[in-house]
Amino acid sequence: MALEQQAVLTDEGGHDLDRTRKTAMWVFLGSESFFFAAMISTFLLYRNTTNDGPGAEIFNIPFTSATTFVLLMSSLTMVLADNAVERKDNRQARVWLIGTALLGVTFLAGQIFEFTEFVDHGLTVSVSPFGSSFYMLTGFHGLHVAGGVLLLSGLVAFSFRRPLHREGGLNTGIIALYWHFVDIVWIVIFTVVYLLQVS
Amino acid sequence: MAVTATTPDDLGYTPSTKGVWSWITTVDHKRIGILYAASALIFFFVGGLEALFIRMQLAQPNGTILSADAYNQLFTMHGLTMVFAVVMPIAAAFQNYFVPLQIGARDVAFPRLNAFAYWLFLLSIILMSSSFFLGGAPDGAWVGYAPLSTQLPELMRMDFYAVGAQLLGLASIASSANFIATIFTMRAPGMTLMRMPVFTWMTVVTSFLLILSLPVFGIALWQMFFDRNFDTLFYQAALDQGGAPLLYQHLFWIFGHPEVYVLILPAMGIVSEILPVFSRKPLFGYAFVVFSGIAIGFLGFGVWAHHMFTAGLGPVAEAGFGLATMLIAIPTGVKIFNWIGTIWGGKISFQTPMLFSLAFIAMFVIGGLSGVTHAIVPADTQQHDSYYVVAHFHYVLFGGSVFGFVAGAYYWFPKWTGKLLSETLGKWHFWLMLLGFNLTFAPMHILGLDGMPRRTYRYADGLGWNLWNLAATIGAFIIGISFLFFVWNLIKSYRGGRPAGDDPWDGRTLEWATSSPPKVHNFDQVPLVRHLDDFWHQKYGVDEEGRAVRLPEVTGASPDVLEEPGDDGGSPGGGVVDGVPSDDGGGTHGIHTPSPSFYPIVAAMGIVTMGFGLVYSSSGWLGWGAFGVGAVIALFAFFGWAAEPVTREAH
Repeated sequence: MALEQQAVLTDEGGHDLDRTRKTAMWVFLGSESFFFAAMISTFLLYRNTTNDGPGAEIFNIPFTSATTFVLLMSSLTMVLADNAVERKDNRQARVWLIGTALLGVTFLAGQIFEFTEFVDHGLTVSVSPFGSSFYMLTGFHGLHVAGGVLLLSGLVAFSFRRPLHREGGLNTGIIALYWHFVDIVWIVIFTVVYLLQVS
Repeated sequence: MAVTATTPDDLGYTPSTKGVWSWITTVDHKRIGILYAASALIFFFVGGLEALFIRMQLAQPNGTILSADAYNQLFTMHGLTMVFAVVMPIAAAFQNYFVPLQIGARDVAFPRLNAFAYWLFLLSIILMSSSFFLGGAPDGAWVGYAPLSTQLPELMRMDFYAVGAQLLGLASIASSANFIATIFTMRAPGMTLMRMPVFTWMTVVTSFLLILSLPVFGIALWQMFFDRNFDTLFYQAALDQGGAPLLYQHLFWIFGHPEVYVLILPAMGIVSEILPVFSRKPLFGYAFVVFSGIAIGFLGFGVWAHHMFTAGLGPVAEAGFGLATMLIAIPTGVKIFNWIGTIWGGKISFQTPMLFSLAFIAMFVIGGLSGVTHAIVPADTQQHDSYYVVAHFHYVLFGGSVFGFVAGAYYWFPKWTGKLLSETLGKWHFWLMLLGFNLTFAPMHILGLDGMPRRTYRYADGLGWNLWNLAATIGAFIIGISFLFFVWNLIKSYRGGRPAGDDPWDGRTLEWATSSPPKVHNFDQVPLVRHLDDFWHQKYGVDEEGRAVRLPEVTGASPDVLEEPGDDGGSPGGGVVDGVPSDDGGGTHGIHTPSPSFYPIVAAMGIVTMGFGLVYSSSGWLGWGAFGVGAVIALFAFFGWAAEPVTREAH
């Protein structure tokens, strides 16, 4: 008996490495969810604690909607990049990876612009717990986008050495999971921090 | 594949195991396990020394050995050291060494990530401890409650705490993700989840607890750090500031309560391995033990506020958390009855690992019962921050975790080294430790109920506390002496202990099926698993009256026996994969052991340099300069790591 229970053994040491990597990435993203959940809870606790300083009324919803759209589109280009790698089309993959990274950078530029606007309105980290938790939450999200841009740049650099493939440790499949996750977190942040506070 | 090695000795590439450099660059899960164990043992003596200073100070009323300031630093660092640098790494040591062996894997899923997690752990705890020489150690207790911890930003003490604990958390997340990926995707053929040893199961549960609780602690630490260094207002409660310090307590205990299960569940797993072996019976109610471990994990996330019953949460919250806390007693009680059921009617052999395991059950029951009393809110209000609490958590963390881990050390040392530990010295260690432990911590129940508060550096004469404090101090020194026996035993037995053979205890799980110490690639052939306790079923059959009978053909099963495929088809002795696609002729065709790499330690160094930079960020360019240098080092290491092939080719 039991011989039929054998997993398909690959020559990579007896297991499917891609599945292992994806499992680890999902676990890491589970951890990240709690990381952001703790910050979102903090923000919700302090959303009205503005110490008579500026609050949600200074948000520029049309502008942030535009940068949100940019970030969402980067998920599309990420899918296209991953698909190109699967088709072994290295040139296309590189184009879409660079596109994804540029969209990420555009989002970050929008965030930096937005932060300077808010500081001009008098919202700083030390004026109120509202300010502290707003900047911490959106700032840590921005750092995650920046980290993603670094990873994408690394992939682009590797693609000049040899064609991208799904077997490498740093591959589009894993990074796409991370990138989509960071996008989804932004959808939550945009809803909870911007839309619900203004309405 | 190009590699066509045919015998294990003819592996194309075997990493060197000599010299310091081989330890620094090792990615072998077994050597990393040994590194964790050695670090934990060293820090156990550091933390123990801190405890002895505390006990000397409290031996008599109006103690004069320590100042209040020194006392605060010592009890804070005692807690941090014991939790983060002793119990967590010793659990990691056993998990690293034995989980891949128990599931029949060649290594963990990500060997370099594993090495990175170890080095990040070690360097972070060094960062935290270096504070002793850099203006004073953290002195706000291991919980680091705000707003106490956000006072005096000009002292770096709590910055060392915030950054050090943050990085330790990162290391634990890396190692936990690694274990989950390993256990879920790299089990040997036939090793279904419900055939996994209980210790491996408890590794799954603790890994999930760490993965989900540490990020919340991370946020609390960042907020405290920002309050101290960047003038944020998260925990600044003055009238015009609006912060809510209670938030810190919530965030801390959402981490802190799962964390106590992180500390105890691996020890429960070890004891669940040892009791069946030394009772010559299978574990009673395997599935119950596994599922109650999982239940403890789930419930552990819903009881954090029982640490905050004096914070004024209101009757509804207090009743809810009190009830949830009582619920946890159910799965815990299930486990204890299963352990008793395991030894009930067994042929018990009282060797040292068994003695420690039995003491684990007894001491943990005492600690568990005093824990249930905390679920009763009015009683807890009386006990809060008294020595009763100190007694309780030492009964579960020392009487529980430490007894369990020492049992594991006696049980698995033969597999590590191929030598048996001395039973005589082991029994000296056991009886002294049991005596010293109870003499130290049992009186603290009385002291606490008598009103002695914890975390105070001295007490007045005439309060009736003198006798029990003196007893506790004497007990603490007996514990210290008992561990000298342990270290002596380790050294003596390592040098000249009796050879253990591969299977000294007549074990049940797969780690006993390979050689002692195991080869780099663990198993010459990936085992094929047909049963729970598969190795036992390879050795024993059942006669017509239902009694276990040793199968003669596999007596003292050695790797050589395992190499032979089961020649007569359904023989229970054929515990090997016969039919691995790449396996032609029983050889080790295509085993790739991952190559050593120095990138993990460099990456850890970079990150810890960034950590030092953050600690000193308030001193301007010095801090930010260090942060930048660290970031460059870490980036270099991570990209080098990503570009480096996992396995160097064999020629």
